[in-house]
Amino acid sequence: MAEAPAQKQSPQNSQSAKPLAQKSLRDAVVLGGNRIPFARAGGAYAGISNQDMLTATLEGLVARFGLQEELVGEVAGGAVLKLASDLNLTRESVLGTPLDARTPAIDISKACATGLETVVHISNRIQLGQIDSGIACGVDSASDSPIEVTPRLRRLLHRLNSAKTALDRAKVLTALRPSDLAPVPPANAEARTGMSMGEHQAITADAWGITRQAQDELALASHQNLAAAYDRGFLDDLVTGYRGLGRDQNLRADSSLEKLGKLKPVFGVKNPAIAEPTMTAGNSTPLTDGASSVLISTREWADQHGFAPLARVVDTRVAAVDFVHGEEGLLMAPAYAVPELLDANGLALADVDLWEIHEAFASTVLATLAAWESEEFCREKLGRDGALGAIDRATLNVTGSSLAAGHPFAATGGRIVATLAKLLHERARETGRVQRGVISVCAAGGQGTVALLESDGK
Amino acid sequence: MTDTYTRLIRTAPGRFLAKRAGLPNPPKLARVDDRPGAVLGPVVVLGASAGADQVAQILLAWGADVRRRFDGLSRVGSVVVVLDEIEHPGAIGEIVLPLAGAMRSLAPGARIVTISRPATGSGESLSREAARGGVEGLVRSLGHEVRKGATANGILAADGVALDAPGVQGALRFLLSARSAFIDGQFLAVSTSEGELPGDWDRPLAGRTALITGAARGIGAAIARTFSSLGAQLVLLDIPASGTDLARISNELRATPLQLDVTAPDAPERVIAFLRERGIVLDALVLNAGITKDKLFANMTPERWDPVIAVNIASQLALVETLLGTQGEGAAADGSAVVGTPVISSALRIVSLASTSGIAGNRGQTNYATSKAGVIAFVDALADRLDGTGMTANAVAPGFIETEMTARIPALQREIARRVNSLQQGGQPLDVAEAIGFLSSAPAGGIRGETLRVCGQNIVGK
Repeated sequence: MAEAPAQKQSPQNSQSAKPLAQKSLRDAVVLGGNRIPFARAGGAYAGISNQDMLTATLEGLVARFGLQEELVGEVAGGAVLKLASDLNLTRESVLGTPLDARTPAIDISKACATGLETVVHISNRIQLGQIDSGIACGVDSASDSPIEVTPRLRRLLHRLNSAKTALDRAKVLTALRPSDLAPVPPANAEARTGMSMGEHQAITADAWGITRQAQDELALASHQNLAAAYDRGFLDDLVTGYRGLGRDQNLRADSSLEKLGKLKPVFGVKNPAIAEPTMTAGNSTPLTDGASSVLISTREWADQHGFAPLARVVDTRVAAVDFVHGEEGLLMAPAYAVPELLDANGLALADVDLWEIHEAFASTVLATLAAWESEEFCREKLGRDGALGAIDRATLNVTGSSLAAGHPFAATGGRIVATLAKLLHERARETGRVQRGVISVCAAGGQGTVALLESDGK
Repeated sequence: MTDTYTRLIRTAPGRFLAKRAGLPNPPKLARVDDRPGAVLGPVVVLGASAGADQVAQILLAWGADVRRRFDGLSRVGSVVVVLDEIEHPGAIGEIVLPLAGAMRSLAPGARIVTISRPATGSGESLSREAARGGVEGLVRSLGHEVRKGATANGILAADGVALDAPGVQGALRFLLSARSAFIDGQFLAVSTSEGELPGDWDRPLAGRTALITGAARGIGAAIARTFSSLGAQLVLLDIPASGTDLARISNELRATPLQLDVTAPDAPERVIAFLRERGIVLDALVLNAGITKDKLFANMTPERWDPVIAVNIASQLALVETLLGTQGEGAAADGSAVVGTPVISSALRIVSLASTSGIAGNRGQTNYATSKAGVIAFVDALADRLDGTGMTANAVAPGFIETEMTARIPALQREIARRVNSLQQGGQPLDVAEAIGFLSSAPAGGIRGETLRVCGQNIVGK
């Protein structure tokens, strides 16, 4: 290493007498985003790696914002279904883009909330003055998910590797059984209950009395809203086509209640406690491949680069519930986190102009809303005086959500943040009033991450 | 794209076999990277007119090794035959025959360019018309005869257009350069003295902004790269499904990507809104977006016919009409309004993509040929509409070009298609791009409503 230049050397003892000054917080603003269209698992992106998709998504973001050779403060990304060899997935993806090769990157993981957590991470860094600009991103491929070997085979292979003599190696190999060779695909089940997410949600839906009709209506609205958003060009600067897809492969613009009504329930059908299963392939999100990214910076950085901030990341909260002992539904954590977020910012439900509640299942959204409308839930679980109330359903997922777009786990947060930021900005301009939006994302493990965004339309 | 045969015959055994069997021996064509200089010297200027002297002076100013006779030259790089004052077919021989003895001295990749006046169809002087018309037969035959990647082309300078007019100088420099490698046996007509000489001949698009449709891949991407190397700022448009390819070429060239289906009803308005939002004013518009859906006409369906017409010609009509409709709109008095600000410059160059299929027709391409023949007539009419505005419209008609699209042609058919031209090979996307780059440059202002073939003198049509 060369000597540091003289002017960069720390001043000698000049600050030692007093504590360093506390830095004030700065605004973290969303400038825009980019994602590739989401594809159904085994569909248009079959055989494409997470790194390929994430790189393409970042390349699209770079092209949209002219970030070639730009040294961004940090890129935070992640994938839920991640190969062991992808340990530096985000950094490796960054190196495949025209961004400055010195751009740092971090991998983050929190199941379906991974994408939103990357936004939290970048926003926090910016607010704390650690970086001036950053990219939050996420990717997932259900088509290229890791398939592992059995734990027994893994241990045998490690023993084989450390065996010193041919005889030792032969001994190890004789211990091998045919059943050891079966591949182990990623389990779509909660580790502590052995139940799939859908089976968990079926219990929640049943407990809250969420009807089939209400779920199908929410699914239909999601498809119609997303299709309309594409048609009016809203996604022109949010999506970059990839591998022949220009729109999300799962989107059914011509869906109808009749078509959705014909589908057979797939979750809760084997649970004797559920009299009438309601969850179908139409009102549950399919396994999906895709990637998304969001560009976030300080107001100064945006100004220097000639970008108009869309929305400010005001605040975020996390929560988790005890689903293991059956005290709460697996995906109900946001029902706790959102009220906390609103309280912390002095807001009531009615102060929120737009809601983005991730549609893991239609019934997840509906159960969350039902909980806020419930006196009992709000008194007993949230410790409030009464029900939070009902939201205006016309403000919910107005350009569609995961039921229509699909849900590549770690890519959903970025999709929602960029969409909501653009929506808030658009509406603030139209109405001349400050617009606020809440994002709610549930995650495996009984977790949830929520965020509050605000736009003044300037 | 691979041309296996050409690779084979460039090996020693391959060359031997091809020669013994009398098979085609396609020469390696020098492109601008192989020969960056404008003029391959020495250049011999034939002709005794004042125009010939003028041309010799221009070439001298470009730093070329200029001669007026072949005397003592064992190797000739370029020949410019100036025939601007011929009044009778009998006058051609005297000027051009000295070239006969020098044909075998032409260097690989040599250039022959004639400069003459176009036949007008006027009954005033029958012998002059016959002489002018005769030049066409001379050039097209020379195109067939020259070897080793040499080409023969002509410039038709309209009566009243001086031979140092920007259009003539631009065309001459383009045809002499390696940028015209795959153009053979063709004419560029300069109908007016409009246009300007560029500050830097190597970067004639510096300071100019171009919109290129269909830019994500193939010929469109080549046009983008060429325009970028010629100095242009770019807006690159392609369909959303090609978005990532578009992003990648935009990153490579630091261009602005625009994902849009040009056949969408509101596509022209979206283009204009996009340009206004970014304060972009276009100096060039390249209408390259195109598709094929080949089928014998007996099996033709609306599903195969309609999209080809929609993309290849209808979208061009809509976009051009709407863009021209913005002319005369101005910014609001307070300067604040975005709506109404100009999005095209008063010297806009429009270049559309035609095809040799649009000239000669092609089996299995009734839909495509209809669209491309439409383009040829469209730019002619558009140039007429733009008369006096400073704007121009022209087209380029590629022959067989090595692209992903032509790679899908069945092997035998493809092999025949790429050999049936004077250069015995398919052209590169770059060759098409160079022609469009020239037609989009400032000097080309006097070239109006033309369709320039980039086909290696394909045997079909003219």
